[in-house]
Amino acid sequence: MNLDKLSLDELLMKRKSLRRRLRAQLTLHPVRIAVLGGSTTSAIVELLEILLLLSGFAPSFHESEYGRFYDDPVHDPRSLIEFRPDIVYIHTSCQNVPPLSPGTSEAELEVQVRSQLARFRAIWDAIDQNLACQVIQNNFERPPYAILGNRDATASGGYSRFLMRLNEAFAEEASLRPKLLIQDIHGISARVGIDNWFDWDRFFSYKILLKPAANHAVALSLNALIRSIYGKSRKVLVLDLDNTLWGGVIGDEGVDKIQIGRETPIAEAYTAFQEYCLTLRNRGILLAVCSKNMEEVARAGFEHPSSVLRLEHISCFKANWSPKHENLLEIAKALNVGTDSLVFVDDNPAERAIVEAQLPDVAVPDVGSEVSRFSSIIDAGRYFEPAGLSSEDLERAALYSTNAERVRHEAKFSDYGEYLDSLEMTAEIETFRPVYLERIAQLTNKTNQYNLTTRRYTLAEMESLSNSPTHICLFGRLTDRFGDNGLISIVVGSQHADALHLDLWLMSCRVLKRDMEFAMLDAIAHRAAARGIRFLVGTYLPSKKNAMVADHYERLGFTPQPAPTGSPEGATFWICDLNGYSDKNKHIKCQPHATPISNPRKVSESESSSGTAPERETKHGSLDRR
Amino acid sequence: MAALTADKVLAELQPIFEEALDEPGITVTRESNATNTLHWDSLSYITIIEMVSHHFNVRFTLAELQDLKKVGDLIDLVVAKANRT
Repeated sequence: MNLDKLSLDELLMKRKSLRRRLRAQLTLHPVRIAVLGGSTTSAIVELLEILLLLSGFAPSFHESEYGRFYDDPVHDPRSLIEFRPDIVYIHTSCQNVPPLSPGTSEAELEVQVRSQLARFRAIWDAIDQNLACQVIQNNFERPPYAILGNRDATASGGYSRFLMRLNEAFAEEASLRPKLLIQDIHGISARVGIDNWFDWDRFFSYKILLKPAANHAVALSLNALIRSIYGKSRKVLVLDLDNTLWGGVIGDEGVDKIQIGRETPIAEAYTAFQEYCLTLRNRGILLAVCSKNMEEVARAGFEHPSSVLRLEHISCFKANWSPKHENLLEIAKALNVGTDSLVFVDDNPAERAIVEAQLPDVAVPDVGSEVSRFSSIIDAGRYFEPAGLSSEDLERAALYSTNAERVRHEAKFSDYGEYLDSLEMTAEIETFRPVYLERIAQLTNKTNQYNLTTRRYTLAEMESLSNSPTHICLFGRLTDRFGDNGLISIVVGSQHADALHLDLWLMSCRVLKRDMEFAMLDAIAHRAAARGIRFLVGTYLPSKKNAMVADHYERLGFTPQPAPTGSPEGATFWICDLNGYSDKNKHIKCQPHATPISNPRKVSESESSSGTAPERETKHGSLDRR
Repeated sequence: MAALTADKVLAELQPIFEEALDEPGITVTRESNATNTLHWDSLSYITIIEMVSHHFNVRFTLAELQDLKKVGDLIDLVVAKANRT
């Protein structure tokens, strides 16, 4: 049975019969849990019991009387000792820590924090002495009301501030006490929402403090913590490919057409999901692929220039036409883990259903088919709760730490150029390639502001331009230290004798004021010069939206030309002599230019083609992000 | 939607009580209460109220809960609430 398929409603409506059925299983691992509550804990315990049964435990519970979370362990531990718990869970809330008076000073706040902490330390110490077992203590949610408004979080007498200080003190204690685990109710309640958290009707009636959905969230997180204590956290994320890691079917449409990157909302969503998967991998969760595809075709998807995940991130790759549950068994075997270590993510409900039926130990979250929700649904399952951060985890974390970068980012810049340099920008500027044609056509037809001529082209026209010997068609991609901006600029020029007419020049506004236009100019100038072209000719055709580029060619150092007769009103014409051209871009790292521009007419065909060799080598360098 | 009758509510309460009291086959009547019904304790009472509000999509006020003495009171309350909406 899959616990993700059980809604809270089903849990609430069927808990007793579920329990009876689950208790009948044979291979359950016994675990004894004492619950010390600051409010009535029966509702949490009932849900937790079912979740633990589904996780393969046979739990026994001992609940303190309501409100005796301090007295029982410290003054009257006899029944606790007799129960011999493996785990003590202390469930307290802001109801158990009275607010301060609004006039409390900073010094008094510290005294109060120390005194509340001492109360909890006495509980933890007593358990340590009498039971020496694992302790799970939750930290505190925000209080139900912000009596001091926004200042509740900042004033020394603020209740929110007080509880946050206590949470910080709990965290420090946890680092000193190996047997103390803090359950982050502060985070859990924030996800549920404080307005959906407290249940005052039930509190006044039976001292149950939380609403059913809140108790469910608490029980889910406890289940994950207890699984992690017993080494039962899941270890592998198994991923389908088509419409899970990228949009589209790679076998039908080809690697050029799959949706991944920054180009469309859907592509962005798949990129974000790949980034989520990579983050999990960077903290030690293995990634595996299970896809119905030809293996070579499936692998090609990871070589897409915008793919965040690379083949080296995938620990086990299964792409074939066998049923997925068979492949999952093979993946478990290859990675030397049980199927109860696997989490399987697939957008196809039929595949999820068969895996669930055939391999009940595999977690199959109901991720739906909307990629933008995958990450939060997987996250909410709490599958990968770490038992503790190993030194290996921490080393890995250090590797990816951006601390040094952050410090640099926070430093002030003496001028704008220094800021641009700090962005560590790298551009890839190349002639059109089939894999980008769709994006090129799309960017061309939707860019209105940074667009010199606002000419529109169909995909087919772009394709024929890219093969035309009399045109130079360049695209530009820009990466900086915050990530990949994707394909963001296009320049198309047509050759007329010794002049290159710039028919199209456009750029996405997301990279405004990055000097990308200078890098594009350098690239087009070098390529034109290599063909023996002497002049670049630019045109600005005003539209309702492109006023921002009226001075584009002026800024690039072009000279104004008189408008030919019959040109549209407001159009301006510009020329740039490549004789003596010097590179304009100073802040973006590009692949080296094929040929220096000295006297463009002297460059022969053979020189220019031999000159492209080193360019091709460095191209891969700039593609290989991070 | 047809108006909810007391008989219908009683019939639908049957499986809820079976589940909440963990007593398959138990018979509930208008006169059932905590003292004459097996396994009816304060915790199963909470469960019953929770399941009834969920099943009939009604909410009880604190005062209403306080006045409940037997299953018949609960049925009348549900009928009144469900037919009001």
